[in-house]
Amino acid sequence: MSVAPDNPWLSWDYLERNGSEVWLYGTQHLHVTLQAVGIAVLIALPLAMLARQVRWLSGPILGISGVLYTIPSFALFALLAPFTGIGRTTVLIGLVAYALLVLVRNMVVGLEGVDPDVVDAARGLGYGRIRLLLSVELPNALPSMVAGLRLATVSTVALVTVGVVVGYGGLGQLMFRGLQSDYRAQIATASLLCLALALVLDLLIVLAARLAMPWVRRRTS
Amino acid sequence: MSTVGDAWEYLTTWENWTGTAGLTRPTFDGGWRFANDSIIALGIEHLYMTAAAVAIAAAIALPLGVYLGHVRRGAFLTVLISNVSRAMPTLALLTLFAASAIGFGNRAVIIAAAIFAFPPILTNAFTGMADVDPDVRDAATGQGMTRFQVATRVELPLAVPLIAAGLRTSAVQTVATVPLAALVAGGGLGVIINTGIATQRYGQVLAGGIIVATLSMVVDALLGRLQRRVTPAPLRASSRVAS
Repeated sequence: MSVAPDNPWLSWDYLERNGSEVWLYGTQHLHVTLQAVGIAVLIALPLAMLARQVRWLSGPILGISGVLYTIPSFALFALLAPFTGIGRTTVLIGLVAYALLVLVRNMVVGLEGVDPDVVDAARGLGYGRIRLLLSVELPNALPSMVAGLRLATVSTVALVTVGVVVGYGGLGQLMFRGLQSDYRAQIATASLLCLALALVLDLLIVLAARLAMPWVRRRTS
Repeated sequence: MSTVGDAWEYLTTWENWTGTAGLTRPTFDGGWRFANDSIIALGIEHLYMTAAAVAIAAAIALPLGVYLGHVRRGAFLTVLISNVSRAMPTLALLTLFAASAIGFGNRAVIIAAAIFAFPPILTNAFTGMADVDPDVRDAATGQGMTRFQVATRVELPLAVPLIAAGLRTSAVQTVATVPLAALVAGGGLGVIINTGIATQRYGQVLAGGIIVATLSMVVDALLGRLQRRVTPAPLRASSRVAS
């Protein structure tokens, strides 16, 4: 410790030398996030619609998702690892589970929050149950769903890093290795990239939602 | 499956709970630390770290949130803080702190956990105070109450359900965050999982996961009960507050 080597938090030199590795883990992080959120949406949507159609299911679905959400991610990966092994599968299952909980919750709440008068009007116009769901209730619940999607995406980006427990943590892998070798630039770069990734994805969802819901923009502006 | 058997064996072996040589170990500098091989000691350490983190966060976030909510300013700031903290990976803060002057171990973990415990308390205190019905405030002012009296005798009691919900969310979240401490050489129940993975004892990993998950559910349930108790009776009927 007598001659402390220069150990800056931010170093352009680090990026120049390790650009390819940072890129590798960064893209791994992005892929796993997108995949997890994508799968979660595909599962959550039918679940939420089911809860809407079969009323008595919505209580248990919300209750169970609330209870499961209190399980710490670290523990969840630990619960899965003995069965699904170490690596990508475990991380993916864990991430999908968490994203699913957030998504289902917001979708169900969104669907339940649709103005009953609007539903009544549509029914009076002769809409069947399926058509009602697809062309009236879903579009009306969209703002709440988008809120859920944003929350799920941003927290998934952060959660991926916990995957280091099972050796597949994307940028978290860089943070952890940086910590082990006391390499500050590596930790700081990975952390900033993580934040940036979350913010960029969040922004993309907001933009996409604006395009998909022109009526909301008109109302608020 | 043998992993489940191993986990069962781990959980039913008394020595794993009490440790081989008591709950504490002496350290080289004459102090003591919690024993690494005892579930009870690690559990106590876990709860201590959680309590410390939430206490630090509450000490700053509660007065700030209550004040900002009372004057109805800083909504943007509270939203910004909670959004950024959601995007910030816990591991990032932990490793950043551990590699900085704060150093490895429990102190870095408590500070990092306190930072993550901060936003729910702040947001809920703010929302609870700011969302009090303006008519109620007007009525209180009309009765001759001073601003301070309005804040402490009218707004604060009405905000209690939300404030309690915020503390609960924050505490449960912290219980879930503290296991990550094991990755930066801290204590707490995460140690069981981390050691299990490092030594490829997956039964122990599973047992650790079960213990941590159970603890957070128990804490959630207990605080949920507490939350109901501190909620003034007239407000209890509509106690489905967002947490």
